[in-house]
Amino acid sequence: MANEVCLRTLDLERPWLLEQYQSRGGYEMLKKVLTEKTPPDEIIEEVKKSGLRGRGGAGFPTGLKWSFISRNAPGQKFVVCNSDEGEPGTFKDRDIIRYNPHQLIEGMILAGYAIGATRGYNYIRGEFWEPYERFEHALEEAREAGYLGENLLGSGFDFELHSHLGAGAYICGEETALLESIEGKKGQPRYKPPFPAHFGLYGCPTIINNTESLASIPMILEKGGEWFSDIGVKNSGGSKLFSISGNINNPGVFEIPMGTPFSKLLEMAGGMKDGREIKAVIPGGSSAPVIPGDQMMELTMDYDAIAGAGSMLGSGAVVVLDDTNCMVKVLDRMSYFYHEESCGQCTPCREGTGWLYRVVHRIETGQGRQEDLDLLDDVAGKISGKTICALGDAAAMPVQGMLRHFRDEFQYHIDHKRCMVGAG
Amino acid sequence: MSTSVVKDVTELFNPEVRAEIDRWVAKYPPEWKQSAVMAALRIVQDDNGGWLTTDLMNDVAAYLDMPAIAVYEVATFYSMYELKPVGKHKVCVCTNVSCMINNADTIVEHLEKRLGITFGEVTEDGRFSLKEVECLGACGGAPMMQIGKQYYENLTPEIVDAILEGLE
Ligand SMILES: Cc1cc2nc3c(=O)[nH]c(=O)nc-3n(C[C@H](O)[C@H](O)[C@H](O)COP(=O)(O)O)c2cc1C
Ligand code: SF4
Ligand code: FES
Repeated sequence: MANEVCLRTLDLERPWLLEQYQSRGGYEMLKKVLTEKTPPDEIIEEVKKSGLRGRGGAGFPTGLKWSFISRNAPGQKFVVCNSDEGEPGTFKDRDIIRYNPHQLIEGMILAGYAIGATRGYNYIRGEFWEPYERFEHALEEAREAGYLGENLLGSGFDFELHSHLGAGAYICGEETALLESIEGKKGQPRYKPPFPAHFGLYGCPTIINNTESLASIPMILEKGGEWFSDIGVKNSGGSKLFSISGNINNPGVFEIPMGTPFSKLLEMAGGMKDGREIKAVIPGGSSAPVIPGDQMMELTMDYDAIAGAGSMLGSGAVVVLDDTNCMVKVLDRMSYFYHEESCGQCTPCREGTGWLYRVVHRIETGQGRQEDLDLLDDVAGKISGKTICALGDAAAMPVQGMLRHFRDEFQYHIDHKRCMVGAG
Repeated sequence: MSTSVVKDVTELFNPEVRAEIDRWVAKYPPEWKQSAVMAALRIVQDDNGGWLTTDLMNDVAAYLDMPAIAVYEVATFYSMYELKPVGKHKVCVCTNVSCMINNADTIVEHLEKRLGITFGEVTEDGRFSLKEVECLGACGGAPMMQIGKQYYENLTPEIVDAILEGLE
């Protein structure tokens, strides 16, 4: 079972066109909901039943999130889609937008109907020009067909949807930074509470969901929450898009059931390149703590299994590292990233990410000191849980993961001023 | 900063740029023109050979009824805005982990050698500039780079040569 939900049109020619999407029953669910005037609560119940958890990284149950909105409160409400896709290693939302934009649009309209919102924005990262153009074209098609605008299909329900383009800032993937960004400001996260469900875009009740979460909605409603839930395993309903990259033969995006063995996914991705040994895997985007290869080969791809191994499924971005890689160098690059991308608002993150990077970098370049490993533990510990947004934790977790599993490699660097892998 | 002569905002920019900014303004609530600032900066930057001058930022501020400082803040926060001249072709190379372990270094070295510049520099003839970027969400095609609006994936030095030769 593969490509059953978000990528279900992938086998068609030019699958991004409206007629192609409709040839697979696209927009039928929207028509049904609008003509039967399905009670919004029923939709939210179905999404809850599906076990869908947010695909952006945090894994928060989508149906539950929607139920936080007071539907009948007066005033504007918003549906916002997070297509910022900035977590290193992640490249799945790009494929949803490029190949199945209509399913995302249908999902956003249905989400709007469910929470009583009549406007939506899709925040697409600025570098994604090709996906943006596909999305814009799909919006035009949908508008022409009467799926967007006023009084959709004569139902009395209005929904208008636009894209917003980012301009290069990882932090804008954080939901409240993203809202600030749509408001035309620097992308600096807001304090929470209040949560977006109460005070979101332009101060109005807002739900923000990842592209994959929203694109899953039409199928969940068509085939039922139970159908979706049954594809996956306990606590991890449905299938999931995994972006797998690294030292492998056939990197790409695979939509497979939650609970699929990692070894199977690796096989689908063509196995290790040049017959090398698997050394380690970053299972859920670069902030997910690393897992040693042999341990990973025994795990399944679902929230509980990956959490049980001390890491997280995150955005489903799987980076596979072979035995030629120096883990100090890998962490050096990752720490640089978080330091660069910290928005600078809170001291533990702004200063802490700088410390982490400088210390890892000096170990990497042969300037490490004996006390540095304890220093890294200490700094990482002082960031965790003490910041406005989760970027701080995202920077600390990979450091902690590397030291947990590959401490000897860091020690070797400090002792010998060079790498034990031999690369340099 | 230029002295504050009150400009007629309908005279700012050329008609195409203005029409394009207006298209973005229309996406947001009328009282939230400011939401179009990111798009406006991108549009005027593209129209100005890829970078933003203070005058242009001031014009955007005037056009969208924003304090100039708020526009500068946005322009300096996001990495895709350029506050110094760039090459006609801005070559952005990803060096994040998936690209790094797929020999992004080789691509960077090759580009540096071929163009005679390093990250942050522009070739003397103004045709190319090089920029290091973070993960562009195309790790399945590592190593990769972006030139203008286009992604180029699965790069080798030979492929890079062919791409550069194909550019005007
Ligand atoms: C630093 C940071 C970056 C994030 N980047 C993204 C992103 O690129 N895409 C995304 O969907 N969620 C991202 N998130 C998670 C969002 O804040 C939010 O949880 C998510 O969009 C909610 O949607 P979901 O429940 O459907 O996953 C990021 C979070 C943090 C802290
Ligand atoms: S944790 Fe870092 S990125 Fe998040 S708000 Fe604080 S400084 Fe900004
Ligand atoms: S690491 Fe280079 S595109 Fe993701």
